[in-house]
Amino acid sequence: MSDTHAQSVAFVRTTEIPPAPPPTMETGAIKWIRENLFSSVLNTVLTVLALYFVIRGVIAVGPWMLNGVWNTGSLRECREVLDGTNAACWSVLTERWNQLLFGFKYPPEFYWRPTVAFVLLLVAAAPVLFNALPRKMLILTAIYPFLAYWLIWGGTIITPIFAALGFVAAYFAFTNGERMYGFFLGLVAGVGAALITWFIGGIIADAMPGSMLEAVPSRDMGGFMLNMILGTVCVSLSIPLGIVLALGRQSNMPIIKGICVVFIEFVRGVPLITLLFVANVVLAYFFPPGTNLDLILRVIIMITMFSAAYIAEVIRGGLAALPKGQYEAADSLGLDYAQSMRLIILPQALKISIPGIVNVAVGLFKDTTLVSVISMFDLVGMIRGPILSSTDWTGIYWEVFIFAIVLFFVVCYGISQYSQWLERQLATDHR
Amino acid sequence: MKKSVLFGALAAAGMTAGVAGAATLDDVQARGVMNCGVTTGVPGFAEPDANGVWQGFDVAVCRAVAAAVLGDSTAVEFVPTTGKTRFTALASGEIDMLARNTTWTFSRDVDLKFEFTGVNYYDGQGFMVPASLGVTSAAELDGATVCIQTGTTTELNLADFFRSNNITYEPVPIETGSEAVQLFLAGSCDVYTTDRSALAAQRANFPAPDDFVVLPEVVSKEPLGPLVRHGDNEWGDIVRWTLNALITAEELGVTSDNIEELSAGTNNPEINRLLGSEGTLGEMLGLDAEWAKRAIAAGGNYGEVFEGNIGAATNIGLARGLNAQWTDGGLIYSPPFR
Repeated sequence: MSDTHAQSVAFVRTTEIPPAPPPTMETGAIKWIRENLFSSVLNTVLTVLALYFVIRGVIAVGPWMLNGVWNTGSLRECREVLDGTNAACWSVLTERWNQLLFGFKYPPEFYWRPTVAFVLLLVAAAPVLFNALPRKMLILTAIYPFLAYWLIWGGTIITPIFAALGFVAAYFAFTNGERMYGFFLGLVAGVGAALITWFIGGIIADAMPGSMLEAVPSRDMGGFMLNMILGTVCVSLSIPLGIVLALGRQSNMPIIKGICVVFIEFVRGVPLITLLFVANVVLAYFFPPGTNLDLILRVIIMITMFSAAYIAEVIRGGLAALPKGQYEAADSLGLDYAQSMRLIILPQALKISIPGIVNVAVGLFKDTTLVSVISMFDLVGMIRGPILSSTDWTGIYWEVFIFAIVLFFVVCYGISQYSQWLERQLATDHR
Repeated sequence: MKKSVLFGALAAAGMTAGVAGAATLDDVQARGVMNCGVTTGVPGFAEPDANGVWQGFDVAVCRAVAAAVLGDSTAVEFVPTTGKTRFTALASGEIDMLARNTTWTFSRDVDLKFEFTGVNYYDGQGFMVPASLGVTSAAELDGATVCIQTGTTTELNLADFFRSNNITYEPVPIETGSEAVQLFLAGSCDVYTTDRSALAAQRANFPAPDDFVVLPEVVSKEPLGPLVRHGDNEWGDIVRWTLNALITAEELGVTSDNIEELSAGTNNPEINRLLGSEGTLGEMLGLDAEWAKRAIAAGGNYGEVFEGNIGAATNIGLARGLNAQWTDGGLIYSPPFR
């Protein structure tokens, strides 16, 4: 058979044709573009339109950004240097970056303190956020709040040490007390031990005024640092508080349930800005003259209350999503309430609640800019107050707000990416 | 409007609490720092500079009072307040005095129970329009959209002016001056109205100042001055006479340059009484004899403070006008030191 054609054809190929590359139209970038951008008439039109607007945008904004002036002392000088060309005056950032980041009153020689606190925050938060890291790092996380307080506010180191000791004392008193006398007396013993430690600490701190770091009053905090302080503190306080509130709302005990429901519904029914005004102006009337609760503390309490109520509702959604069988299974194993919540219910409920909690956290972080209306100089307050109305820079606008947008975007996008990674890790969707 | 009524009511209610700590002078001296309410920033009047140090015309009043009372012009805690929080801050005792471009009006003095201790700047409300609008008088502004800061007397004056001239307008309410300027430059409103000093300050920093004109009408009286709470007249006297000392110093030719020389004693008995080398004026106030000398040395006399912060040589470039000494045809006039 194979010889049949040997006479009729001049050439028979005996080797295989080497594989040709696929046609250029069907591979690589061109294929991707064809399939994703020009797959139909409508898509082609949309692509061309989008390209047109993007290019127009770049042409409009690009030169303005790139030709910006970085080293002038005032808007007036900057306009002289620009000499009529339309470009940005970034020099407001070179001159005032420290005020935007730290507020205008934080002593410049101490800028390293909040910076160190911020870097340590990343280290301290890591073991909480990433399970793969060694658990021993949690010790640093436990120390961090007191260390950060001392770094940012300064003052005597006795105060944060005794604040921490109070918690340690409370823990030991509670665990021992609970074992011997039951939960309630254990709780009393814990609270008592903490109060006694703090009281002694207060006396010692007053007696030994010498401090290693110079104290910086709260009023001097400002800029993005204030947003970070408020955001970090309020989120980390409101998650545990939110869990407690959510559990309380599910409770069978009418008084606890009532308190939680009233608290949540009241706080959710009131705008945050109203609570901030209350914290700023109205609370002063309720305290006896002379008492002055720190303004930042007042604001932290209000924002924490606010976000705790929202997080409680998010977690309640998670609790409600669990099948009743999970609760019954926990009971049938003979676990008491605390154990069943800790081991069975909450791990599942919190997993479901992650997107909601992150949503509240990001929203809360951005809401911290609201403090600018009660004349606290956070990042936005700094821009709207001292910088936009200084003789040198009045009239500038886009440059400083672009800076604020970049800072907030980096943080919020980071939080959002982390939560998506966490969801993938925990695979919450039961696929 | 509702909001300001609410806070006004709260401020009034708070007086009961405020009166309890009446001896402000003792409080300030015990604290070692005076709390002075200022704006969150008005160019030339109160603004923190690149180093975070407060500068400005209102700030200088605070510093003078601190120098008189505490002997240190830097012993001031500047508490920034907004148009909405300023009165509650003062009424609740959070601040000892307010020097915040605040217009002296009947209701603020009487109803909100504050005591204005004098006038450090006579202002008036004006209008700024783009030159291209071709308007030469505010009476031609029928149907205009007007950018206006909320919670201020300018808002009320604007309504009065348009009503009395039987013309209509559409207000565009805005929180701060810099935002108003931005909207005005972007063309969101035809007219921007506020005190003429602020108009001048902001126009000076426009990309093209000549494209905008300030209309000749001055539609209101805006006497701006420092104020304190009702109920502590001794403290009110200190603030009032510190301001008067600055004014008198200019009238008598006492400047920060020659004050050392003059305080040794002069032929003019009023200068001697002012600077404490004669008489017991300081003692009457509950201060020492050199209180006024320190207040003047802190930032110079009224004229020096004016020229240094908002005068013709600065970026703000305001002329003295109504704020010249009475001897030069202005309204700045201090009762005698006797």
